[in-house]
Amino acid sequence: MKTFIDWLMPESASTISPQVDAITYFIFAVSLLFFFIIVVGMIHFVIKYRRQEKLEKTSGVDHNTALEIVWTAIPTVLLVVMFVWGFRVYLDMSIAPKDSLEIKVTGQKWFWTFTYPNGYVSPGELVVPLNQPVKTLISSKDVIHSMFVPAFRIKMDALPNRYTVAWFEATKEGTFPLYCTEYCGTSHSKMLATVKVLPYDQYLKWLDDASSSMDGADPVALGEKIYARNACNTCHSIDGSSMIGPSWRNIWSSSQNLSDGSSVVVDENYIRESILYPQKKIRAGYQGVMPSYQGLLKENEIEGVIAYIKSLEDK
Amino acid sequence: MNANPSTVSYLEDKKGIWNWLTTVDHKKIGLMYLVLILGSFLVGGILAMLVRLELISPGEDFYSADTYNRFFTMHGVVMIFLFIIPSIPAALGNFVLPLMVGAKDVAFPRLNLASWYVYVVGLLLAFWALLYGGVDTGWTFYTPYSSEIQGPVAMIGLAVFILGFSSILTGLNFIVTIHKLRLPGITWFNMPLFLWGMYATAIIQILATPVIGITMVLLLFERLSGIGIFDPSMGGDPVLFQHFFWFYSHPAVYIMILPAMAIVSELISTFSHKKIFGYKAIAYSSVAIALISFLVWGHHMFTSGQSRFAAMVFSFLTFGVAIPSAIKVFNWLATLYKGSISLETPMLYGLSFLFLFTIGGLTGLFLGTLAVDVHLHDTYFVVAHFHYVMFGGTVVAFIGGLHYWWPKMVGKMFNETWGKIGAVLVFLGFNFTFMPQFIAGFRGMPRRYYTYGEEFTVYNVLSSLGAFLLGIAFVIVGINLVMSLINGKKASKNPWKSLSLEWETQTPPITENFEVDPVITHGPYDYDKVEVQ
Repeated sequence: MKTFIDWLMPESASTISPQVDAITYFIFAVSLLFFFIIVVGMIHFVIKYRRQEKLEKTSGVDHNTALEIVWTAIPTVLLVVMFVWGFRVYLDMSIAPKDSLEIKVTGQKWFWTFTYPNGYVSPGELVVPLNQPVKTLISSKDVIHSMFVPAFRIKMDALPNRYTVAWFEATKEGTFPLYCTEYCGTSHSKMLATVKVLPYDQYLKWLDDASSSMDGADPVALGEKIYARNACNTCHSIDGSSMIGPSWRNIWSSSQNLSDGSSVVVDENYIRESILYPQKKIRAGYQGVMPSYQGLLKENEIEGVIAYIKSLEDK
Repeated sequence: MNANPSTVSYLEDKKGIWNWLTTVDHKKIGLMYLVLILGSFLVGGILAMLVRLELISPGEDFYSADTYNRFFTMHGVVMIFLFIIPSIPAALGNFVLPLMVGAKDVAFPRLNLASWYVYVVGLLLAFWALLYGGVDTGWTFYTPYSSEIQGPVAMIGLAVFILGFSSILTGLNFIVTIHKLRLPGITWFNMPLFLWGMYATAIIQILATPVIGITMVLLLFERLSGIGIFDPSMGGDPVLFQHFFWFYSHPAVYIMILPAMAIVSELISTFSHKKIFGYKAIAYSSVAIALISFLVWGHHMFTSGQSRFAAMVFSFLTFGVAIPSAIKVFNWLATLYKGSISLETPMLYGLSFLFLFTIGGLTGLFLGTLAVDVHLHDTYFVVAHFHYVMFGGTVVAFIGGLHYWWPKMVGKMFNETWGKIGAVLVFLGFNFTFMPQFIAGFRGMPRRYYTYGEEFTVYNVLSSLGAFLLGIAFVIVGINLVMSLINGKKASKNPWKSLSLEWETQTPPITENFEVDPVITHGPYDYDKVEVQ
């Protein structure tokens, strides 16, 4: 059976979550109490003191010192409790333990990348070990974004030219959504990622595999993987429909018009250039909003994308 | 009809479009503001409907993400800068304030007309930018997004800058009028609480508005000349913009809510036919809220990477605003006690306000608490919270005040039955729209999202249906008020049996407000001493 707690707050999966939830329910209870006092009082007075036929003079009572002290003092005490409690938990959630695993988080229009201590860059998926404090060092490559993981009750803005810090210790295995919560333009609502919590040994194995698995794979399969993991699919379709960017279907070896009036044949060099220097040649009818993937994709990965686009030609 | 020129109402006196456009009569200027403000409300409301239409299902349904982003941005800009900020002070305040102090006009009538023209210029610029394609920055214009994107950001910035001056001029006029033009006998503590609310509002208008003006000028500089102020790629600091922006925009929240509280004090007392409870507490708490409001802007930035110490101070001060707000609610509640309560349309809005503002205020506690705010910041919880305060509070009070003073303004009574139906539907539609958003926010749905995960569908469907009900409710309210102009019964001098001074002059008032200066024999709330005729 679902309790009220499950119904109101999202799944709780970090050490800090139960602490945040406890304050939330405390404030909820206090709020409900005051809400009922005020609304029941209001309805009671309205019924009891409804105007009768004749309009008469009413009571001139306009203050009651004892009552006023009570209704000032009680809320004040409750507010102080909320303030102090909220601040203490806030301190806990903002100071990362010394033995934290450090992962760099980068927000960019409109995807997230996560850089591990060994240099491996994981796009769109933050994989972390269970029961291990993780400190995220957050920044942005363009406008302000904000990293929000509801299950961990953490949120921190990603600013350009600056690092911010958030940390968590996951207490549950599973996958949890990660959102961008600072408005950042067209695909703000699609700037999503997932957090995957694994036991420590599986995490190590994942990191090991992920760091090396990209070598020696079938180029088309590799390209397909990158298409999803590097969030190419936010802007490019593979079914021929036009999104923020042009579709990848049936463009291989075709001739396309550019925004400057010239045209280009889609070949290996054009695709490579578009990945590394997307602003150089922009297809007619599209805005040049694509970020550069220089440094984010390895040589064989770029070749994988080229092979994948080649494979998207209807025979 | 009446040959005696001294009893010709201000509406009959000197007609013609030119006369209206050059008038210095605060009542006519108030009405001219009212027409434009209600027009802006209509535009903002239609934009809100378009936003809710898209969100009725999770995927991409009716228009592109870019169009949606423009809709929600322009909804915010129109509602905040063109509707809510001027609504109560410039429209209702302009009309009522001089009547309440027994003056012939505001202290600077020409400046008052000038403020209207400044408002018109700002309004035209904003709507021009809207037709020109609008912007998609969100009404908060956060940098560096707003300094990079295409679109008429500069035009909107200029509109906000200009609208600010209109607000400043109105505030200035009110402060001087309240200080200098009160009739003998209307002392500071013997004037309607509406005036205290207006006074506190005016303080913020004058002191805070210049900051948004400066901020917008800096943003313009950056966009037009490439001088790096906020944009990090030019060496600026984007968080500085947030400090500047909220240094105005948080006090601006109180520019919006204090006048609403001011109206509610009048409504509750008049329709309970009862002396207001805790006059001084309400008056002082208005001023207290105005002053503390300058020191809480950082609570919009708890997740922006500001220092932990700053976060602590801002959280503490934020709770400081909660106390005077709570005191006001308790005082209104106590005013009902042993009253003679009549549930006419304006009072229904007054009681609605009490209910909705209580929810708006209490949900603010979650956001003032640091650890909880980290989870709720920039989610739908915040959207619901500020709509409960801004709409459930300010708009409901504004519509209540509009019904309350409507007979005095136009000389006609609206249909009471339809008025009540409208009030009840506004209340139901509003809760239906925004209550589900609290839950969506608790569960982690970020705001300003064009698409959303399946798990949030139920809350969004409810919210969209509620929004359409709310839209219908306002159509009923609007038709009822317009119909009253056509076939409404003639309003008597004092239809609500109030003791406040504006009801002592004829309906509608003459251009000079009072034939002779009234002699003050009782206070505005002396329902225990005076029989009202």
